[in-house]
Amino acid sequence: MVFDLTEEQRMIQETAREFALKEVLPKAAELDEDSRFPQELIRQMADLGFMGIAVPEEYGGAGMDNVCYAIAMEEISRACASTGVIMSVNNSLACDPILKFGSEEIKREYLVPMASGKKLGCFGLTEPGAGSDAGSQKTTAVRDGDFYVVNGTKNFITNAPQADTCVLFTMTDKSKSHKGITTFVVDMKWKGIALGKHEKKMGIKASATSSIVFEDVRVPAKNRLGNEGDGFRIAMNTLDGGRIGIASQALGIARAAFEDALSYSKDRKQFGQPICDFQAIQWMLADIATEIDAARLLTWRAAWMKDRKMRHSKESSMAKLYASEVAMRAAVKGVQIHGGYGYIKEYPAERHFRDAKITEIYEGTSEIQRLIIASALLKG
Amino acid sequence: MDFRLTGEQLQVEEMVRGLARKEFAPRAAQIDEESRYPAENHRRLAELGLLGMLYPADFGGSEAGPVSYAVALREVAGGCASTGVGMAVTNMTGEAIFRFGNDEQRMRYLPMLSEGRGAGAFALTEPGAGSDAGGLSTFARADGDHFVLDGSKVFITNGAHACVTIVMALTGKSPREISAFLLDSGIPGFSVGKSERKMGLKGSDTVSLSFEECRVHKSAMLGSPGDGLKIALSSLDGGRIGIASQAIGIARSALGAATEYAKDRRQFGRSIAEFEAIQWKIADAATELDAAQLLAFRAASLKEKGVPYSKEASMAKLFATEAGNRACHAAVQVLGGYGYIREYPVERHLRDIRVSTIYEGTSEIQRLVISRALCR
Repeated sequence: MVFDLTEEQRMIQETAREFALKEVLPKAAELDEDSRFPQELIRQMADLGFMGIAVPEEYGGAGMDNVCYAIAMEEISRACASTGVIMSVNNSLACDPILKFGSEEIKREYLVPMASGKKLGCFGLTEPGAGSDAGSQKTTAVRDGDFYVVNGTKNFITNAPQADTCVLFTMTDKSKSHKGITTFVVDMKWKGIALGKHEKKMGIKASATSSIVFEDVRVPAKNRLGNEGDGFRIAMNTLDGGRIGIASQALGIARAAFEDALSYSKDRKQFGQPICDFQAIQWMLADIATEIDAARLLTWRAAWMKDRKMRHSKESSMAKLYASEVAMRAAVKGVQIHGGYGYIKEYPAERHFRDAKITEIYEGTSEIQRLIIASALLKG
Repeated sequence: MDFRLTGEQLQVEEMVRGLARKEFAPRAAQIDEESRYPAENHRRLAELGLLGMLYPADFGGSEAGPVSYAVALREVAGGCASTGVGMAVTNMTGEAIFRFGNDEQRMRYLPMLSEGRGAGAFALTEPGAGSDAGGLSTFARADGDHFVLDGSKVFITNGAHACVTIVMALTGKSPREISAFLLDSGIPGFSVGKSERKMGLKGSDTVSLSFEECRVHKSAMLGSPGDGLKIALSSLDGGRIGIASQAIGIARSALGAATEYAKDRRQFGRSIAEFEAIQWKIADAATELDAAQLLAFRAASLKEKGVPYSKEASMAKLFATEAGNRACHAAVQVLGGYGYIREYPVERHLRDIRVSTIYEGTSEIQRLVISRALCR
């Protein structure tokens, strides 16, 4: 049992922390206020290798491990949760499935530019009628010679308005229900692809979210990931990794809420003493700090298992479930410790509160995580 | 970063799990029912080298280290929590003697403890000094080459079965002038009071101790004059990893029983495991217990490396005992009416685990330790 970081992991932690504090944190409030996509930060992160951390160097990535990815995600999200999710979707949901299931040609064409951060990816799974029930896909892909013709609508797609590439899920054989789902890599500039309206969100406002409409889009058959019917397996496998990213994002938000509250509690004086001298405040701080450490250990365990190619579905779900709920609790307590100042935009506490909420919802709600965990435990 | 146990730790896990399942678990209900001290379990622990896990073979120990110790204690407590707490306190006593004692004291007591000739006991708590361990009133007056002890201790685990008891007593006017003494059982002026009747851990031996003109030679002092508080606090840091592990062991047994029950029990035409209401409880408990285990292993591995681990031990103890209590509550709920009757083990698990958020520092004291480290 070794809890120390490797040299490489320590280095990326230091690099990411320094970048996050110097470049990202000073912009976070303004990005949120203006709901502005942080193009310049994404470019800088590309230079640091953060857009394809666990992708091998030959495919444009940084060639590091998934623990490094988790570490960097936490640091970036500690400064700005929106920037964190943009990074997470590109790494986990766009690069990872192509790396695992794509042909050499597809990897060269699509993975290399995304992993190196020259292009941005998104993940088209959710539909208006297919949220937690991801198997009930309505978007269709009909074979036509060397092409498939795609029709349908995806919604709540993170990065969609800025994305160059989409990992797209479609139904190719409805009679087989979720075993009839097929995945494609799609260029967002292709004819027949249109963006729906930009969602206005409670939090992570600097990340861009929209629906995507596909109308008779002709997708070359060579852009298929795996075989027909592999789609559901690809989605689940991809989300196992994605959840490590979101758990890390949640950790970053939790840490932001905690660290801001801790420093406020040392400065703020009431009844003649700093409020951190009161047990009422100390209890909240001690509980948050303990839960953050627990969440981080669960998250790093899942990442470590992924690095060793061990089955990690249950462990990723535990990490995502626990870390996201810790982020929400930490954010609630962070606002409470700030009192009235926690409710106004001059302090970041209210932003952490708004940002934390989504981590309990996307890439599988807390309820879906519990379903995955329970079915793993109750098997047999 | 490596989340695996070493080969040696895995061997300890396998051996102790076998022992706990085959020998301890089948006796646990009866030990609880009769509030009987499990002397036969204590002997088995000694035979397998599980009572001196934190000091070297020169003194009869097995020096398995804090991680192996955490694993072993978890497994023992999973079989019989009363046996677990006895094992924890004996190991903690031996470790304190090894760390702070001289060779004469080590040679005298440590083989005795590891061979199971008696248990070890650690007497800090007093009627007026619980969380406020600095408020002791037991006094050790210097008298030539001797000290004379007067006072009383309460809630002392293993007290009636101990061969050696570490007693904390004031040796000066200031409340911080505390020294530690090693007392053999049965010496004049040292008496064991009545056995407490408890909600759970009913097989563990919990007594009050009293000292009346109890005369010990100055060579019985552990460490130097005034070292008592340091010895107590550093022992408790390690003890907290033990109690965290004990709680994880109890709660895992409860969760295992609830999971099996949920698969078998049919209501509304199907197994209750198919209902989300039941699945949620199992998923939450399993997630929290995994997190608790990681916190406990982190603290143990810091201790193994010889770096400070006080905050981390408190986090592990706070989290594991609170999560363990929640898991045992959930297990009783999953079993419904059967969770409340003695035919099933979960009502015992719930009673046994209740004290874990109280002894060796309440949850409130753990939060104090953690927040002091944070606000420094």
